[in-house]
Amino acid sequence: MSRVDVRKTYKLFIGGAFPRSESGYSYVVHDSKGAFVANAALASRKDARDAVVAARKAFGGWAGKTAYNRAQILYRIAEIMEDRRPQLVQAVRQSEGLSGSRAEKVLDESIDRLVWYAGWADKLTQVVGNANPVAGPFFNLSTPEPTGVVAVLAPQESSLLGLISAVAPVIVTGNTAVVVSSYQRPLPAVTFAECLATSDVPGGVVNILTGDASTIAPWLASHMDVNAIDLLGVAGDTELTTSLEVAAADNLKRVRRAPAAEPDFATDPGLDAMTAFVETKTVWHPIGV
Amino acid sequence: MTSNVFEYAPAPESRSIVDIKPSYGLFVDGEFVDGHGTSFKTISPATEEVLSEVAEADQADVDLAVKAARRAHTRVWSRMPGRERAKYLYRIARIIQERGRELAVLESIDNGKPIKESRDVDVPVAAAHFFYYAGWADKLEYSGYGDRSLGVAAQVIPWNFPLLMLAWKIAPALACGNTVVLKPAETTPLTALLFAEICQQADLPPGVVNIITGAGATGQALVGHADVDKVAFTGSTEVGKAIARAVAGTDKRVTLELGGKAANIVFDDAPLDQAIEGIVDGIFFNQGHVCCAGSRLLVQESVAEDVLDRLKRRMATLRLGDPLDKNTDVGAINSAEQLARIRELSDIGEAEGAGRWSAPCELPAHGFWFPPTIFTGVTQAHRIAREEVFGPVLSVLTFRTPAEAIEKANNTPYGLSAGVWTDKGSLILKMAGSLRAGVVWANTFNKFDPTSPFGGYKESGYGREGGRHGLAGYLKGGE
Repeated sequence: MSRVDVRKTYKLFIGGAFPRSESGYSYVVHDSKGAFVANAALASRKDARDAVVAARKAFGGWAGKTAYNRAQILYRIAEIMEDRRPQLVQAVRQSEGLSGSRAEKVLDESIDRLVWYAGWADKLTQVVGNANPVAGPFFNLSTPEPTGVVAVLAPQESSLLGLISAVAPVIVTGNTAVVVSSYQRPLPAVTFAECLATSDVPGGVVNILTGDASTIAPWLASHMDVNAIDLLGVAGDTELTTSLEVAAADNLKRVRRAPAAEPDFATDPGLDAMTAFVETKTVWHPIGV
Repeated sequence: MTSNVFEYAPAPESRSIVDIKPSYGLFVDGEFVDGHGTSFKTISPATEEVLSEVAEADQADVDLAVKAARRAHTRVWSRMPGRERAKYLYRIARIIQERGRELAVLESIDNGKPIKESRDVDVPVAAAHFFYYAGWADKLEYSGYGDRSLGVAAQVIPWNFPLLMLAWKIAPALACGNTVVLKPAETTPLTALLFAEICQQADLPPGVVNIITGAGATGQALVGHADVDKVAFTGSTEVGKAIARAVAGTDKRVTLELGGKAANIVFDDAPLDQAIEGIVDGIFFNQGHVCCAGSRLLVQESVAEDVLDRLKRRMATLRLGDPLDKNTDVGAINSAEQLARIRELSDIGEAEGAGRWSAPCELPAHGFWFPPTIFTGVTQAHRIAREEVFGPVLSVLTFRTPAEAIEKANNTPYGLSAGVWTDKGSLILKMAGSLRAGVVWANTFNKFDPTSPFGGYKESGYGREGGRHGLAGYLKGGE
């Protein structure tokens, strides 16, 4: 008699823990051919709010770490992902219907993207900060600081590379994130959460909700303790993006607008995804005896 | 202390240098044209004297101005080499300097601010902004944001620093190759209209700068115009939110400089004489009509009594009155409406149990005036500690530890500025790093410079004005 395998329960990732949705709902995830793969937790409005609380709680500690330390932690995520290659490749294959070698390439690119962003932790300040030569006896310095809690609507199609390309730039500068994964392709996000949980990322820095962005996002967009939102995951739905942008105005969230369609994440990402979620702080110090 | 210890003879600046016309049109496509809305009067807030009648731009006027700006962008300004654009901006900077006295007097008449401030701050800093950004026009490729302009910028500015806010808006926009339609505040249009003349004097190509006057409806029409690529607004957080909603779903780029409720934090080891000057400058500069005003004084408990005594003593020497008098420290409140708001919030402060004290000064019989005022025993729940008064009203709170000061300072939806007073360098850096505010002044306050980025965290808005960062809001690569 063959052995009965132990199947995994796919759960949310909030505050470093893996809870089910408080709502008790789940939804069926199919592979690219339509076969049943798993029941994923269907995140609710309450889950989103819990995730915001966790992200806010983690913000001070994460933003207060040295840039060098954040760089090492992001690099550590890449190490863990490298270690879990077969699992991640399988998740990408299932979700995106790619061949083994294509899925390997996606994973290569995802890990390399993370390493690329990890290196930015202690460099962005030098590239976008400034000493300002004011006309007076003052030392004047402008530096980027993290915006705070950022809601990230992860891309729907690119379930791993897109996800990493959206999350890494947010957290590398010291923000904490509440991420809504791809609805139809949530499994790479869940596996990514497991990598985060084992790679020195403090609980609450990244929170991952599986479920439907169109139902969760309005609560995040209107949440008064969320400082910014990336609309990437609802690209193309202009009615929804407009209403989210309107809701975001309630506390003047920084909004990273969605492109008309999901972009090609294989291209050079540039600095935009990082600079969209930093604030410039300028400090004046008098010079004198 | 009796008031006649510091009796001064009047020293009024002559207003003969300004030539205020009985009426003004809109400045569109290089010419003054009639507006089609209902024209309105601008008055001197110090005397309530009617100064002039100003045209109101309606939807059609806004459309004409945007069309003129679009044409100028496409045909002239975006094609002109940066070094040529630069020279126009240098010209403007020079004319502002040359006509500095005229601008300062006009600003004080229309706005009510003391001449010493318009003369020593508003006008020279405005000129400096044009001079600074002029130099960027042919160096944009080194800015980090590329050198591609956005197109037409819709700019709406407030009444507290009419000319200076105009400079903050127009100088970077033009340097980056954009053209602008700017609406000054309805209570302070005159220096913007004089600036239009300066554009003519500089032979700036028609349509590059368009100045349209009007109130909220004109601003809405401008911000909502479909052919505008960029919206830049300085003003209240409430209107800022309305603008953020209005541009939702469009490709318009937006920068917002909004309200504030800055904490000015005084530690027990602070150089107190300097700190008192900084507190006074922080809240009474420009009658407290300053978005980054230090309107919450957080003073360490052990020195609170001493600081308050010294502060009251200093406040008693402030001279309130004729804005054109060179000895005046505190001018007129800009409008009846703003005065009503300051009175209302102050009355609420008293009703909620805070102790009210005003400097003993005589208020002129005409015009809009409010004496420099402090509230003691203020808690974080008091409305005067939470809402922007935008007037010469200081709320005083106390703290014991740096951690408590940080928590109280950050306990606000705003995040524009903050001040820290201490002799301890490491404490300054700790505080500066912990305050969620876009500008932090250490042992100084209310300093501005064209090279220094200015702008807020949280509900104080987004984007920066000034410095290299100020270019980002006007270039395609700055997103």
